[in-house]
Amino acid sequence: MTQTTPDAVAQFEHRRTALESLQHFLHRFPTMVPILVLIVSVIGFGLIANNFLSPFNLSLILQQVAVVGTLAAAQSLVILTAGIDLSVGAVMVLSTVVMGKLAVDMGVPAPLAIIAGFLCGVATGWVNGTLVTRLRLPPFITTLGTWNIFIALVYNLSGRNTIRSQDIDANAPLLKLFGNNFQLGGFVITWGVLLMLAVFAVLYVALNMTAWGKRVYAVGDDAEAAALAGIRVNRILLSVYMVAGLICGLAAWSAIGRVGSVSPTSFAESNLESITAVVIGGISLFGGRGSIMGPLIGAIIVGVFNSGLRLMGVDVLWQLFATGWLIILAVAVDQWIRKISS
Amino acid sequence: MTQIVLEGRGLTKRYGRVTALNGADFDLRAGEILAVIGDNGAGKSTLIKALSGAIQPDEGEMLLDGKPVRFANPLEARQAGIETVYQTLALSPALSISDNMFMGREIRRDDLLGRWFGILDRARMDRIAREKLTELGLMTIQNIGQQVETLSGGQRQGIAVARAAAFGSKVVILDEPTAALGVKESGRVLDLVLDVRSRGLPIVLISHNMPHVFEIADRIHIHRLGRRLAVIDPKAHSMSDAVAYMTGAKLPEGIAA
Repeated sequence: MTQTTPDAVAQFEHRRTALESLQHFLHRFPTMVPILVLIVSVIGFGLIANNFLSPFNLSLILQQVAVVGTLAAAQSLVILTAGIDLSVGAVMVLSTVVMGKLAVDMGVPAPLAIIAGFLCGVATGWVNGTLVTRLRLPPFITTLGTWNIFIALVYNLSGRNTIRSQDIDANAPLLKLFGNNFQLGGFVITWGVLLMLAVFAVLYVALNMTAWGKRVYAVGDDAEAAALAGIRVNRILLSVYMVAGLICGLAAWSAIGRVGSVSPTSFAESNLESITAVVIGGISLFGGRGSIMGPLIGAIIVGVFNSGLRLMGVDVLWQLFATGWLIILAVAVDQWIRKISS
Repeated sequence: MTQIVLEGRGLTKRYGRVTALNGADFDLRAGEILAVIGDNGAGKSTLIKALSGAIQPDEGEMLLDGKPVRFANPLEARQAGIETVYQTLALSPALSISDNMFMGREIRRDDLLGRWFGILDRARMDRIAREKLTELGLMTIQNIGQQVETLSGGQRQGIAVARAAAFGSKVVILDEPTAALGVKESGRVLDLVLDVRSRGLPIVLISHNMPHVFEIADRIHIHRLGRRLAVIDPKAHSMSDAVAYMTGAKLPEGIAA
C-alpha cells in the first residue's frame, strides 16, 4: 500500500501562468468568449457609431436576429452531436411554404396549417436523422443532399410564387403572429424575439437538466464511449434531428411574421448564418462542448456588427469581412481551449 | 467448493475462417479475482466480449448463477449485473464525474417534473456518486462536478472502476486497467480492485502485466489458441512458468500435450 491518499495524484503543484489560467477559465465557461466580444463590441460601436445605443436601434438588432437566432438554436443541437445541418434554412422555408400554401391558397384553418408546418419540420428532421443513423452517412453530406432536395420541394410546392402579405392578412393573420410587437420603455419587442428567447430557455433546461440533454452531450463528445456506457446513440441522434426540425418549423412561423410574406427565395443565406452564430457562440464543431446560450449571443454579435458598421456608413462588404474574422477567431479560441484536455 | 458465479461452456466464435474461440471454458468463483492472461491473438478479448455481451458466441453456453443466459448486447449483460470497464474507459471527458457515473442511467426526480419532463435529480445523483467514490477511497478533494478530462489517467480509471462497482451486482470485468498508467497510479488502481473484491464482487481481470496479475489474482486463467489451457494458482507457479504456458513453451503439470 502506498502512503499517499488515493487522490494525491491531483495535488501536484503546477504554477499556472496568467494565460493558462485564462485558458482554464474559458475551458470551464466557454460562453465567456462571446459574452466578452458582445460587451466590447456594444461599447465600441456605442462610442463610434451614432445612435447605436438608441433603444430603437437595439430593438431593431434583436428583431433582425430573431429568425436566424431561432434557427441557430436548431443548428446548435446538431452541432453538439458533432454533426452539422446544412438544411435548416431550407427546412424553414419549406415549412413557411407549407403553412402559407395550406392557409392562404387552400383555405385550411390557420392553426392546422401551422401544425402542418411543424410536422413538415419534424418529418424533414426524421429524414436527416434516419439517413445519418441508419445509412451512417456523414451529416455534412446528408444535409447537403437534403438541402437541395428540400429547396426543390419548396419550388415545386410554391410554384415559385410569393404569397403576398395582404393575402395572408385577409385569410390567415395568425401566420403573422410573431411579427406583432409591443413597447417596453423605448424598446420595441416583437413576439418573434420572445419566441427566440423562449426556444433558448427551453433548450437550456432540456440540455442541462434532463437525461436527454446529458446524453446529447455524451454522444457528441464521444459516441463510442456513450454507446459502451449504455446510451442508445442512434435514438439520441434521431431525436436531435427531429427536435431541430421542429425548431425550424417554429422559426418558419416567426419568419412569416418577420417578412410579412411567404417567398420561396427568402432566407437563402440562413443556413450558413445559423452556423456562424453557433460557431461564434463558442459551440465546438467537434461536438459535446459549449453552452446553448452561446449561439444566442453569437447571433446577437453578428447583428451588432452589421448594425454598427451600417450606422458608421461603411460599405456592406465590411460586415462580411468582420463576420469572417469573428468566425476564425471563435474557432481558433475553441481549438486553444480544447488543448487542455490532451 | 465455492459457488461459481459466471460460467462458460464450450464457447466458440468464428470470424470467417478464423476461429477466435475454440470451445473455450471459463469459470469465475464468488468473491475472487480471476486474471485472464494469454498471448496476443489467443482469443482472450473475444472471450471477454462474449462474457460482456459485446459479441454472441456461435456455440456453447453461458451460465450466470447457474442459470443459462444469452446477451444480445452489452446493455443486456449490464442489466443482468455484469459491468465491464473497457480499456477505453467509456467516459465522456467533457462531462462531470457525477454525470459520467450515471451516464445512460440517470436518476430522474420523483415528482411531475421528473416523470413528465425527465428533469434530473441532480442532488441525489451527486450524493450517490460521492458516496460510491468515498466507499472506494477515491473522494477527498475532488469536486463531483469536475470535468473528467481534468483528471489524471489513474483517476479516470478510478471513476470507471467505481462506476462498474457501483452498478455491477454480479461481476466486474476489467480490461487492462493498468495498461496506460505509471507505477504509482497502477498501484492505486490495484488497491482499488482489491477494495472492490473485499466488498464481495468477483472480478475478471484481463492484463498483460504479469507482476500485477501475480500481485492480486486469486486464480489465473491461461488462454491459448482460442481455449482455456489451464487455471493456475499464482502461489504455486512462477511468472516465468505462466509466460511459458501462455506461449506454449511449457505445459502445466497434468495437462496432456
